[in-house]
This record gives sequence, C-alpha cells and structure tokens, in this order.
Amino acid sequence: MIIAKNIDKSFNGKKVLDNVSVTFEPGKTNLIIGRSGSGKTVLLKSIVGLHDIDNGEIWFEDVLFNKLDFKGKKDIRRQMGVLFQGSALFDSMTTEQNVRFPLDMFTDDSLEEKNERVNFCLKRVDILNANKLFPAELSGGMKKRVAIARAIALNPKYLFCDEPNSGLDPITAILIDELIKEITEEYSMTTIVNTHDMNSVMEIGEKIVFINEGVICWEGNKSEILKSDNEILNDFVFANSLAKQLRSSQK
Amino acid sequence: MIRFLEQLGRYFILLKKVFSKPEKPSLYYKQTLHEMIYLGFNSIGIISIISFFMGAVITLQTAYNTENPIYPTYLIGLGCRDSIILEFSSTISALILAGKVGSNIASEIGTMRITEQIDALEMMGVNSATYLILPKILATLIFNPLLTLISIIVGIVGGGLAGTLSGVITLDDFIYGIQYAFIPYYITYSMIKTLVFAFLITSVSAFQGYHVSGGSLEVGRASTKAVVFSSILILLFNVILTQLLLS
Repeated sequence: MIIAKNIDKSFNGKKVLDNVSVTFEPGKTNLIIGRSGSGKTVLLKSIVGLHDIDNGEIWFEDVLFNKLDFKGKKDIRRQMGVLFQGSALFDSMTTEQNVRFPLDMFTDDSLEEKNERVNFCLKRVDILNANKLFPAELSGGMKKRVAIARAIALNPKYLFCDEPNSGLDPITAILIDELIKEITEEYSMTTIVNTHDMNSVMEIGEKIVFINEGVICWEGNKSEILKSDNEILNDFVFANSLAKQLRSSQK
Repeated sequence: MIRFLEQLGRYFILLKKVFSKPEKPSLYYKQTLHEMIYLGFNSIGIISIISFFMGAVITLQTAYNTENPIYPTYLIGLGCRDSIILEFSSTISALILAGKVGSNIASEIGTMRITEQIDALEMMGVNSATYLILPKILATLIFNPLLTLISIIVGIVGGGLAGTLSGVITLDDFIYGIQYAFIPYYITYSMIKTLVFAFLITSVSAFQGYHVSGGSLEVGRASTKAVVFSSILILLFNVILTQLLLS
C-alpha cells in the first residue's frame, strides 16, 4: 500500500499540490486523473521521490519514504518500475540492452539467464523480432511496450505509469492500458497510472483519484465516476459533446 | 555573486555524487572503454590535423622572426619544440577538445535529462551522476595525455616538413634543434596541464548538461555554456599552473 499524507509542493512560490492525501490500494490499478496542469505528474513524481515535497509524508507499506536518505530511497526504488510519458528508453542502447540494463546493474545472473528474462519480458509485452532495434527505429506504441518490459524486468512490487497512452491512437492506447492491467494482476503489483484519457479510466480504473488545481476533489471507482454529483469532475468526465448528450439523456 | 556561489556549490555537490561508489564496477569499466573510443579515439583526427598545421605555422613564424645571422638556424627547431610542448599541444588541444568533446557531453547529458532518461536511471536505483559522468572523466583523464603526445609528435613533424619544404631550415638543423637542450620536465608539465584541463572540460560540461531543464533550446544553451566556461577555466588554470610549475 502506498499512502500520501498532507502533501504540499510548490515551484517558485506557486503551489502545485495543496494538502494532498490519498491511499493507493495494493494489487490494484490506481488512477490519478485530472486536466493538464492539474498536478498529476508532480504528484506521481513526488511519490516516487523525483520531486522533494515541501510538507507531508509518503509511505510505502510501513516505510516513511520521503525521510529516507539516498541509499534508503535506492533500496525502495529497486522495487519500483516506472513508465515515463516519453518512454525514456536509452537512445544509445538497443531494445534488448534497454530491457537488460536493470538486470545487468542489479543481478549477478549469467548472460544466458538475463537474455532469457529479457526475451520473456519482451514476449510478455508482444514485442517480437525487435531485440536489435534502437529506440529511434520503434513506433510510439512499441516504445511504450519496451518501456513496460524494462519496468517489469526486475519483478517490481510497484508500477508507476505517467500518461502511458499519450500520443497513441485509441486502439493502441487501449492495448497498452490492458497490458498494464494484466501485468498488475499477474504480478500482484500496486500500480499507479496518471492519465487524462477517459478510455483508460473506463478500461482499467479500479481506484480513481481526481485532482484539480493541486487538490484531490474526488475518489471512487469507474462505476461511481459516472454517477458523481461533483461538478468539476463531471465537467472533466463529460467534456465532449457526445458524452454531454449521453449524460443529459441519462438524467 | 550569489548566483556564482550557488552554481559553484551545485558543481561540487555534483562532483561528490559523481565520485561515490559505483553500483557495479564491471559495467563502469565497459562504459569507460566505450567513452575512451567515443571521446578520445575519435578526436585523434582533429587533433592531428590542427597540430600539424600549428607546428608548420610556428616553424615558419619563428624562422621569419629570427632572420638574423647571429641566431643559429637550429633555434627554429628548438623554438618549435618548446612552443609545442609547453603551450600549444596541451592548451590549444584542450581548447579544441572543449569545443568538440565539451559540447558533445553537455548535449548528450542534457538531452537525457529532458527526455527523462536520467529520471529513469534514478528510478532504477542507479546513481545517474556516477553512471553518466564518472566514465567520461576517467576516459578523458586516461586518453587526453595520449592525445597531447600525438599532438606534440605531429606538431613537430608538421614544423619539420614546413621548414624544410619552404627552405627556411635544413632537416639536419631542425632535428638538431629539437634535440638541443631538451628538458624532460617540460613533458611532465604538459601532461599535468592536460590532466587538469581534461578534468575541467568533462566535469564542467557534464555539470551544464546534468542541470538542464526545459527543452531543446536549453540543451543548446547548456552546450554553448559548457564550451565557454570550460575554455575560460582552461585559460585561467593555464596561468595558475604555469606559475606553480614553472616559476
């Protein structure tokens, strides 16, 4: 379980997160949703320690993560897999080398064992015959898949995904969402996904947190989100005209 | 002034992070070899070309400025040798490398920063500063003295060729000149300067790249700053080291 308690974060005097408290449930796909600039990415990066928070506490199980030193954070981070918005694959490495990197760095396995794991992870995300390709030779969807393969290479306990389907077509986006959900269930991970894509919300949202202007406005699941009376949430969920029509016909 | 001190503090904090214990030394060894080829071996061409013409010009200029029967012609060879060893091969090569290697390091690390590759390393529990910067520093510290030696040899050959082909000095006189009153300590002095300059170029450029925030425009700016700051520091430390080592 990951718990964020009373998190404040400001940049150059501008408050981006204001007293944010939220609990992310273990073994589930937790979603942080909100408009662009609402503070989703800052919240995610604060949870994983890429941003130092001004106030508050971040707990990973019974460990107060934000008070740990560099070495302590490193130990917890080895249990994390992160999928970045732009995939963040290493340009100078092939697909295979990218996925093998955490294994090279943190295991003493033989090359055969590592390659076996790499091939397993790549097969798991449906990347075939691309082991020797460089990131520049991959499509956007393939990059995301390779990044997921790299994130799960060390069997992490926690998976963090920042806008996993940004820049992808709706079908590929749903495939990536499904992959994240399947992997979460398969490895009993605690997954946190940042998104503003309503398709993702309806596909994989087991626990959903809605953030607006740095404040948590609503929490629930995907069936509750359609019935909420929260106006700000409804403006976000039913943003397009078709959704608005459906909403008014429901009423 | 406060901004300068802040940057200086950040530079030393980064250096402290760079020189922490590597996670897996064998990986760093491979990375260092890779950087030696990328930053060092690939610079042999440009260093050789520049040194050749530099040696040629020094010889010709020395010859035209010592057109006096009182001066023996072998002094042209001696002047060429000492100018190349004492100043040109270490300092001018370092300035050239600040442009080539420095901008390369700053833009590579800066691009990794803005595309979240450095964040990805940190998230895996890897000390990104050590992983990205330490092999580059080690590679240049090992390879740059070799570049300086190549530069000295090619520069003297260039000087000899230009001198003899233009007829300002005979080959025998030139060879006598480059052997005359040779002080081996000058090579040590040149190597010490090379090591200091190599460290400055790599660490300052890496610092500029590592702290980039924003987009491609900022990466370009960091690359420019890397070249400018490394060049200024090379010139400053050239004065300091000359005073310390030759006075």
